[in-house]
Parts: sequence; C-alpha cells; structure tokens
Amino acid sequence: MTTQKNSLSVALFSVLFGLIIGAIIMLVFGYNPIAGYMALLGSAFGSMQDIGGVLTQMTPLILTALGFTVAQTAGFFNIGLSGQALAGWVGAVWYSLSFPDMPVYLMIPSALIIGAGLGALAGAIPGWLRAQFGASEVIVTIMMNYILLFLGNNILQNTMSKGIKESAETTKQVGANASLQMKWLTDLTQGSSISAGIFISLIMIVVVWFIMTKTTLGFEIRAVGLNPDAAKYAGMSAKRNAVVAMAISGGLAGLAGTIEGLGNYLNFFTQNGSPAIGFDGMAVALLGGGSYLGILGAAAILSILKIGGLGMPMSSGVPFELVDIVTASIIFFVGASYLIKLMQARIKAMDEKAAQTTKAKKLATVGSTNDSNQKDGE
Amino acid sequence: MTELTPVIEMRHIIKKFGNFAANDDINLQVQQGEIHALLGENGAGKSTLMNILTGLLQPTSGKILINGKQVTVDSPSKSDALGIGMVHQHFMLIDAFTVTENIMLGSEITKGFSLDTKTAAQKIKQLSEQYGLQVDPYAKISDISVGQQQRVEILKTLYRGADILIFDEPTAVLTPQEIDELITIFHNLAKEGKSIILITHKLDEIRAAADTVTVIRAGKSIETFPVAGVSSQELADLMVGREVHFKTVKETVEVGETILKIDKIEVQNARGVAAVKDFSLAVKAGEIVGIAGIDGNGQTELVQGITGLTKVQSGAVLLHGKDMTNKTPRQITETGVGHIPEDRLRFGMEVDMTLSENLALQTYYKSPLSKAGVLQPAEMDKLAQKLVKEFDVRSAGIQVTAGSMSGGNQQKAVIARELNRDNDLIIAAQPTRGLDVGAVEYIHQRLIAQRNAGKAVLVVSFELDEILNLSDRIAVINAGQIVGIVNAKDTNKQELGLLMTGMSLTDARAALKEKVNA
Repeated sequence: MTTQKNSLSVALFSVLFGLIIGAIIMLVFGYNPIAGYMALLGSAFGSMQDIGGVLTQMTPLILTALGFTVAQTAGFFNIGLSGQALAGWVGAVWYSLSFPDMPVYLMIPSALIIGAGLGALAGAIPGWLRAQFGASEVIVTIMMNYILLFLGNNILQNTMSKGIKESAETTKQVGANASLQMKWLTDLTQGSSISAGIFISLIMIVVVWFIMTKTTLGFEIRAVGLNPDAAKYAGMSAKRNAVVAMAISGGLAGLAGTIEGLGNYLNFFTQNGSPAIGFDGMAVALLGGGSYLGILGAAAILSILKIGGLGMPMSSGVPFELVDIVTASIIFFVGASYLIKLMQARIKAMDEKAAQTTKAKKLATVGSTNDSNQKDGE
Repeated sequence: MTELTPVIEMRHIIKKFGNFAANDDINLQVQQGEIHALLGENGAGKSTLMNILTGLLQPTSGKILINGKQVTVDSPSKSDALGIGMVHQHFMLIDAFTVTENIMLGSEITKGFSLDTKTAAQKIKQLSEQYGLQVDPYAKISDISVGQQQRVEILKTLYRGADILIFDEPTAVLTPQEIDELITIFHNLAKEGKSIILITHKLDEIRAAADTVTVIRAGKSIETFPVAGVSSQELADLMVGREVHFKTVKETVEVGETILKIDKIEVQNARGVAAVKDFSLAVKAGEIVGIAGIDGNGQTELVQGITGLTKVQSGAVLLHGKDMTNKTPRQITETGVGHIPEDRLRFGMEVDMTLSENLALQTYYKSPLSKAGVLQPAEMDKLAQKLVKEFDVRSAGIQVTAGSMSGGNQQKAVIARELNRDNDLIIAAQPTRGLDVGAVEYIHQRLIAQRNAGKAVLVVSFELDEILNLSDRIAVINAGQIVGIVNAKDTNKQELGLLMTGMSLTDARAALKEKVNA
C-alpha cells in the first residue's frame, strides 16, 4: 500500500518536474512557456478529434506497458516489445488481406489471435533462450528487434503478393471485414483513427490484472520473479514460467501491433525503425510504477503530451521536439525516484522540526506544567 | 571489585525507531581487562546498542563515557579513533588479498608511491606474537581456515590501535576446537589490558570465557553480575524471562520401516566439483538422524540432491523404496517430504510476498487454496490464521511481507508450512541458525514431536549441541563423505569434534583415551 502511494507521488512529482524543465528550456530559447503549454492542452483537448487522437495514441501504449510489466514481474527486462509489436502488425495485416472475403465475426477474432500469437512467439524465444542457456534477454530482445524489423520489411517488399499491395512500400488497406474502426466512434471523434482497440486495451488491463494477482499462474510468475530459488524450492518450474511470462509479454505487444495495423493505420508500410510504441510502452510502465491503474494514467499523460505537442508549433511556435524533452525528463525523474524520495524525506523532516519548535515554544509560554504534552513532543 | 573508572560506560541509553524503543534505558559498564558478555535474545537490542557504540546509530538519549570522559560517537571513524574495534560475525575480508593487505586496507603505510607491506607485516607479526594470534602475514585469505580468518579480523582491530574489542557471535562458524582456541585468545587479550565485549546467545561460551555478563531483555538491561558460579540454566531463564528447558525430553519410540534411503550418491557443487561422494545413509520412521559437520563439507549439496534442487550425478535416492533420484522438487515434496531449507531467506520464503502467501507456497495449486487455476485468498488466509495460531508465529498480521518479520518468526512460518503437510520425512537443515534459546527450544520440541509421531527426521546442523540434543543417530560428514555413524547416547562433543576434522572413529576414540590418561 505504502509503496503504491509512494510510486504515485513519485509519478506526479516526475511529471511536474518534467514540465518545469520543459518550461525552463522554452524560456531559455525565448518562448513563452505558459503559451506553449496552453497550446499543448488546446491541441490535446481542443476538439473531439483531438480527444480521439489521444485515445488512439493510448491504445497500443497500454498494451505494451502491460507487456513490459508482466515480463518485469517475472524478472525480465523486455526491450523487444517493438519487434514483438511489429510481428503482430505485419502478421495480422498480411493475414487479413489474404482473406478478403472472410466474414467479420471470424476474421477479427482470428486476426487478433494471430497477431498476439506472433508477438507471443517473438517473446517466448528470448524467454526460452534465457531459461535454457542463461542468455541475457536484454541483448537477445534488442537483436530480435532488428531481425523482426528487417524481416517485416522484407516480407512486405519481397514476399507479399502484388495483389495485396498498393506500392512496393505499402500494403493495400485492410477490408471492412478486418477493420477495428467503428463508425459511431469515428463519427463521434470527427474522423479520428480511433478504433475498438481502446476497448480491447481497457479489457486487457483487467484481464492481465486478474491473471497476475488472482491466478496460480500469476502467483508463480510473481514468485519466480521475486526469488527464483524459493520458487524452485516450492516446486515451480522457473523455465516454464520464464517462457510463459515472456510469451504473455510478447503477446500483449503483438496485440498492440495488431491494433495499430487493423485499427489505426489499416495497412502496413515500410518501417524505417522499430515502432515507437515499444519504447514508449516501457516509459508508460515505468511512470505507472508497476500498478495497473497507474499504466492507464501514465498512458493518458504521455499520449496527451504527444498529441498536444503536435499542435504546439502552429499555435505557439514551440517546436514539437520540446515534448520529447519533457517526456524524457519525466522518465529521468522516475528513474531518479531516489532523489524525489530523498527530497520528500527532507521536507518531512523539516516540517517535523518546525512543528517541534513551535510546540516547544508553546510549551515554554504555557509553562511546563503538562507532562503528557511533553511526552507527545518526544 | 575496585573503584576504577570503567573503560566504557553507557548510561541510560534509549534508542527509538518511531514509537518502538529498541533500547529502553540500557546501562553498561565495562572495566579494563574485562571480558564482558552481552546476553540477550534476538531482537533484545544487543546489536542496536553496539551500533550506537560503534557510531552507526545515534542514541535518542543517554550518555557514552570512554575512560570517564563523555564522548559523542557520531561516525564509525570516530569510534575507531576512540579505540573501539568490532569483529563482525560475517568477516569483511577480501579473499584474493593476503593477510597483510587485508589488515592494511584503509590505513596503508606507503613508501613513496608504493605500499610498504614489509613494515606492516612486521607490525602484524609482532602483534600476533604478543597476543597469541598465529597467522602467516603473507598467506592469502582464500588459503586459510575460517578460524584463522577470524584472527585476521582481530588483528585488524589491534592494528588500528583498538583497546576495546567487540565480538558479534564470534563462534557461529567455528569448530569446537577453534572455539577453545578463541577463548584462549580472549584471555590473552584481556591479560594485555584489552577490554572485550562478547555478544552471544550461547550460554556455555559465556561461562567459559566471560568475567561479567549483562543480560538484556526487550531493550532493557536486566542485570549485570559476575559469571563465576552461575549456571547455564540461570542465564537462560534470565535472558528469556521464564524457565527454559534445554534437554527436550525424548521418550523411546519404536523405530519403523526405512523411509529415506540414500545409496552411494555423488552430488557436485556449483563449480562442478564433487561435494558429496559415495554417500549412503538410511533414515527410518520414528528416528532423528543428525548430520554433524563443519560448514562447507557437502551438507548443502547433500540436502539439495535429496530434495531435487541439484542434480545427483550417480547413486540413488529412495523414498519408501521408490526411486526418486533426480525427480523435480514438486514430485519429491508430493511423496511426503517436508524440507526446512538451510537458507530460509533464499530458499525458504518469498520475502517480498505476504506471510499468508508464504504459508501457501507449497500447496497454492491444490484445492482448497485454488480452484481451476484461480487462487482463493479467503482459503489461503484461513490456512494462514490456523498455522499462525498453531505454531505461534508472531507478526503484525498475515498480510505483512515475510521480509518484515523477525528471523525466529520467519523460521517458525517455514516450519509451520512444512510440518502441516503431514509428511513422512522431514529434512531440517540448520533449523535454528541465528535463533535464540526460546525459539530453539520450541523448534526442537516440534521436531521431536514429529519423530514421536512416527515420522523420519533428518537434521543437518553445524551446532553440536543441537545435533546431540535432537538425534538418535549421528552421521558425521567430512569432505562430502561419512566419517562415522554413532549413536547419540554413546558419543560426546569432543569425539564428534575430532570426527568432523576427518579423523576416523577408532583414531578419535584412541586419541581421547590418550588425553584422559595423560
């Protein structure tokens, strides 16, 4: 309980400090920070379309952050969320374009399963390599990000049939049978690319929370992550749990990629680098402080910054890159949470001292007649 | 005795952590040349008091006087400067360095840009002769015995000019012979005018080594008195605050069928060296078999091999006559094995999980603790409440993390979990390490109750008192092999001590006979 409270205050302080650093930089370069931040808020909440944009941005971040958290609970640092998301994205788009006539009630569930499954496979491989050979999952997942990036581009450029491609660099749009976009949502948000993906993300928060805290599987993953020796002693298989946890982690990232493909972009196109949703998801998970509700809040904050930042240059002249500085500073302060905790402790100690001196003064004026008061003062 | 100014005087020391007073008005006086024991249960406040004396903690109130002068000890370096040295329970030595290098570390003598090891070694040699602390100044730490490493720690404090030496549980890692040597060293130091504070909960050692004892209970100093003429029983009762039974009375029990049969097994350690070789032993229903030996002679690997945590290279482990060699830990526990592991923090529990979760650690996957893969927290709590009550596990509730509990209560929780499953074989490795006599007494009673109920119990311990008190039969292990198996009735500490060094039973008995005759 106290740790949750702590991480909430760390998160809030981090956001505050991040915004202050952004403001200082704006001042140094001659921009008005108040105008800058007003422009940011205006672009994030100015219209229903902006709000739709924020929600669209949040959708994959929630999933990749959940994925990061599951892996972390099992004692893994999954840097491969980007590649795992990409695997889901390419696979789901390719699959849905290959079966343009499949009815929607078959297509969408199967496409989601395929996308998540490919992500799970991409996650399970480094999990298995570590369980079996002790290979560092950090290095393996970083390398797999590259493998999956170029594999995806290669599949798009050389393997996919011409019939499902718009150009050498882009697939056709997925058909209505595979699209996750919903007319009423699109209309409500004045044509934003929001989709049913946001509901999938919200449901997954509950599902993952349930698995991790209420089931024997979650119990084992937590036990293995916290103390592999004790878990082994208690008869749990560290190997099995490593693979399962990394598969769930990758599966969630794959689902994020699938929703990018079938809900947001509706196609796949040549990627210049690993999708940002992987790394941003890590930031969301860190800011969320390991809590499932925290992930929702952190995804909202980072998405507001990102979407709001897009409008900043036009209305206030502040370059978009400033948002990246703010985001990076926030993550820096989360990482340096020790500093924040130290500061909080100092403030508390100062308060206590002040309280004690006032109390002592009071006692001195009242006279030292009341014994019980003095005891309280100690 | 005399009206001398005490070397150390701690007056009315109070140390509060929040509302909890770890030290609650403690008084301590140590005279020059005195060996002063500080006796108290775990958590009585001994360590807090010594941390105050060595500058790691600041008292909430109270005074410290060194040679009659009031001082403030606000840092470890200040305590060094005041001539206070501490020999920790866990040695703080660098294995790859020589004795001299370790002793110099932090107060190096230099000659130009290089270390003047020669002068330092000379000084060390002179000190070791003066106090009877034989060590080779040029030997590497990794090449010398634990007892010698402890001497290096003592030399380290003397080298820095300490007049007051604090020993924290110094005998925990020593063989009986080494303990005797250490006590001689204590007397040498005291003769040369050094004062010694000995923190321990081993009563025999206090009686053998100390001049004076101060008993601390629940943060308060209860009494200070000369050791001469005081019995261990009196010391224990004072420390715990009630009557303590040392010798748990054991009724005779009919020994039944063989439950565990170990047949010529070999187990390797982490470095791939055979730590257990050609090891055979049987444990029958209704008996306690103790494995005595010095730390690091294969005990850990033996238990891990039996319980499936480490691979058995060759040979067989049979439970109820069924081959269980290299089965998974879960398959082994499910055949009816309870395992109280040697390292409760590393193996026995998940310190960051709750007490309730820890008590379910072996059975969480079975009904009623879970149904169809979904945990049943209400059932887990019900089990926890039952075990906590039955085994007197004290904590601030079953939802606190196991890591926040005291060592004794953690161990009780592990024992509660392992004994509750109605197993036929209990393997208890160092079941009372670091626990105070009250908890030790309780755990011993529980283990003996298991034996009386017709279970087979295998106890591994470095403590000979524990082995002798619990066991019906004792197997002595040295370098991974059984040196001898003796009936507890027919042996004693001296004999076991010799066996532990690898001497054969015939040689040991002959040697002891010779000693008696001489």
